[in-house]
Amino acid sequence: MNTLGIVLALPVLGSLALLLVPKDRTQAIRAATLAVSLLVFLASLGLVHSVVTNSAHAQFVTDVLWIASPAIRYHVAVDGLSLWLVILTTLLTPISVLISWHHIDKRVKEFHVLLLLLEFGLVGVFVAVDLFLFYVFWEVSLVPMYFLIGVWGHERRIYAAIKFFLYTMTGSVLMLAGIIYLYTLTGTFDYPRILSALEAGQVTLGDREEFWLFLAFLFAFAIKVPLFPLHTWLPDAHVEAPTAGSVMLASVMLKMGTYGLLRFCVTLFPTSSRENAWWIATLAIIGIIYGALVAMVQPNMKKLVAYSSVSHLGFVVLGIFSFTQMGMDGAVYQMLNHGISTGALFMLVGYLYERRHSLEIVDYGGVATPAPNLSAVFMITMLASIGLPSLNNFVGEFLVLQGTAQANFRWAAWAAVGVILSACYMLWLYQRTFFGHTPDPVRQHVVDLNRREWAAILPLLALMLWMGVGPHMFLPPISATNTTILDRSKAGAIYHVELKHPLPMRWGKASHER
Amino acid sequence: MNASFAPSPVEILRLLPEIILILAATVIMVGEALRGTREARPLGRIAVGGLIAALWASMSVWANPGFGFHDTVVLDGFSAFFRALVIVAGLLAVLMAQQYLRREGADSGEYYALILYSVAGQCIMVSGTELIVLFIGLEISSIATYVLAGYLRDDRRANEAAIKYFLLGSFATAFLLYGVAWIYGAAGTTNLIAVRRAMADPATTPSYALVATAAGLILVGLAFKVSAAPFQNWAPDVYQGAPAPASAFMSVGPKAAAFAMLLRIFVTAFEPVSQRWLPIVWISALATMIVGNFAALWQINIKRLLAYSSVAHAGYVLVAVVSNSPGGTAAVMFYMAAYALMNLGAFAVVTYFSREGERYLDIDDLAGLGARQPTTAALFSILLLSLIGVPLTGGFFAKFYVFKAALESNLLWLTVLGLLTSAVAAYYYLRILVIMYMREPAAATENLPPQPAGIRFVLWVAALGTLALGIYPSLILDFANRAAGVVR
Repeated sequence: MNTLGIVLALPVLGSLALLLVPKDRTQAIRAATLAVSLLVFLASLGLVHSVVTNSAHAQFVTDVLWIASPAIRYHVAVDGLSLWLVILTTLLTPISVLISWHHIDKRVKEFHVLLLLLEFGLVGVFVAVDLFLFYVFWEVSLVPMYFLIGVWGHERRIYAAIKFFLYTMTGSVLMLAGIIYLYTLTGTFDYPRILSALEAGQVTLGDREEFWLFLAFLFAFAIKVPLFPLHTWLPDAHVEAPTAGSVMLASVMLKMGTYGLLRFCVTLFPTSSRENAWWIATLAIIGIIYGALVAMVQPNMKKLVAYSSVSHLGFVVLGIFSFTQMGMDGAVYQMLNHGISTGALFMLVGYLYERRHSLEIVDYGGVATPAPNLSAVFMITMLASIGLPSLNNFVGEFLVLQGTAQANFRWAAWAAVGVILSACYMLWLYQRTFFGHTPDPVRQHVVDLNRREWAAILPLLALMLWMGVGPHMFLPPISATNTTILDRSKAGAIYHVELKHPLPMRWGKASHER
Repeated sequence: MNASFAPSPVEILRLLPEIILILAATVIMVGEALRGTREARPLGRIAVGGLIAALWASMSVWANPGFGFHDTVVLDGFSAFFRALVIVAGLLAVLMAQQYLRREGADSGEYYALILYSVAGQCIMVSGTELIVLFIGLEISSIATYVLAGYLRDDRRANEAAIKYFLLGSFATAFLLYGVAWIYGAAGTTNLIAVRRAMADPATTPSYALVATAAGLILVGLAFKVSAAPFQNWAPDVYQGAPAPASAFMSVGPKAAAFAMLLRIFVTAFEPVSQRWLPIVWISALATMIVGNFAALWQINIKRLLAYSSVAHAGYVLVAVVSNSPGGTAAVMFYMAAYALMNLGAFAVVTYFSREGERYLDIDDLAGLGARQPTTAALFSILLLSLIGVPLTGGFFAKFYVFKAALESNLLWLTVLGLLTSAVAAYYYLRILVIMYMREPAAATENLPPQPAGIRFVLWVAALGTLALGIYPSLILDFANRAAGVVR
């Protein structure tokens, strides 16, 4: 079993072991889950070196037959696209345990079992190479999240949980139909084999065939992203979920959609992807602006952050459908950035909720006085989310806008409006919450960060800064994979997107030589 | 073919499971007459023993496949598979019922005998290759289940269920029999293979009108038995009124056997005219999925909900029938196996939870089961997730194989619409999960009695079996794939 096998197996073994612990020993359960998830994180760091040094090919490949007929393979691997997403998942799981330490006080055992199963499902989604296996992980990750929202959530949790499940399920059954249809054409579920069959011309998709398949996949991924107008499940799910659920949902689960778009949609169906890029990009831009505008008027903090996710994820989709090296690199980078900064925002809102027991902005004010550290941390996170230079989101947004401008300048101009709007709603939120008059309940209940809370947020703060000043340490493997995706999507594709600067800039070595 | 009328020992051996079942059932009936006021517990043991022996027999005679009794029955992979399936369903239904019958004050040998007769009838249904034999098997199975539905004599609902089931059932059987008569008129034979030969042979091709009428009549009869739309109306009333373990059995055994019979008749005899009946089954499959799933959304009684869900599942199986390929036949076999496990398990929970007089049948009564009985709730959840079709459960692979077969036969619309209805289905199964885990505990989950051994056994077998099929579907699928070709 290689490192990836360990990363996948440990959460499952951990959750099985947790089942044997008596349920009233809650501290032991929390500590054990933390230990397991930290081990998984350390193990996942072992993936970095060989992927970064050899990013042209997938690493840590395991390819064994799972089911003989029809041939379904347990085929997993890591490449530059999935590497950081896997590590993001394994990093946020121990953090989720930390932030749930006091927040989750009923059914502690079940919560942690499900959290580890969720980690298993999410990592699996990012490393599955067999399409069928991908679908299995995709659905498997749905069930723990459903329970996390439905059991440990807030008042309207049941409505939110069911809505979340049904939306995703509706999209994914159509994807399943698409996957099976591809199988009937190519005779395999294995993704590289499908690709090579398509490339070698052994299998040709008719125009309409490709379009409908593209739509089936796009629909599943767009719901998950979520792309406007399929986003309505997201505010409900985010607001009702417990903090750990919101963090995992926003930081990792939404990335399943954008990851799927890049990995499967764009690569498998290059012609349809390019032909339909114009309206997808339009929807993405509508999402960017609409999400930001709606976020601005939210009285509820979690809802505000949730709508800001709709806006930020619009950038990711726009970057992907710009079909430029920079745009795609920026999209992937922005996936990570959003995971870190929005995850941190949800955590901080959760911290506030644990103190004041309210998510309404009007219940707060002047928090900076009783809790200066909390305020400072919130400010850094907020600035990162806005896209302040030297913090992580700036790099991603810049690359996306630059890449988009190469493809179509008007798209970039419209999307840039979203950047300005994000500064508006975030700064306004910050002002109303942390400055001004301090109401009595805030003065009494809001205390500063404790050590556990520091421990949970510090890694994310460090990453915001690190990814802001040192993108060259993260981007090369992403770039390498995106180059292959881009090349593949050009092969045989009709150019409908006019490239103003036909030479895409390469990151890493190439840019140093320049 | 044998020259003499008497069957050879090999042929008799091929029917050994049926013989064992009938003998055991008869012993139980006699024992029931003789037992007076003594307990009926030993009779239950005889039933369990008889079913296990029949299961063993059906496995061991499989070594020697072939026809028997002048080509009226056949032992092939297909019949061996379904025979084992209905016997296991009967076994689980007996284990589930023992404590239930004592609880309801109706413990007697008749229940066990009726289950055994019914299973025997289904065994004949799945192995017959001659329409009259198939009809006799269907009648043995049906009449026993009519009585099972009304087994609780003093219960008004059970009586209503039995009457409804009997009247509508006999009506449907009459259609089937009338269809058989038309076939005989058209082809001059009731043997399926001979019918097929007559139809394929240009010299003796019977008139299309005759054959189409016959196929239509037979289809109506069988659609009733599998509760396919538009003949599904009886199912909710009957499943709700009948004793819970009997409903469990009715929703699995007779249904599996009827599907086997449907495949056998239509794929063997009516294959040459498949272009005529496939569109009808196509419409029926879609209607069944839609009616079953949408009607289930509004149910508050768990037995009714499971009834509509079983209608919906019949729709999925029909999709595999429409695909009309060996892959489709294998998908039917796999689906019925997975479905048997998850449905019997779900009904085991209902049997246990409803308590004396089946008082607690509202879905809302389950509130708090997750906290009060975590193990039961967890096992039930696995079964519900499998009914939804979430991966790593048998129910997922069942749906997957069905729709894979459908797409391979270019049934694009049926696949897409069917998959969308399965997303609708997620809602009502999820509602049960919601109530079990996310609601404040209700009064009904207080003071739950200890779980009887029989129920616990069924529940564990069902849940673990469902998981096993979800992780390693080849367990059954390989056999199904090999056996599916034989039917043609």
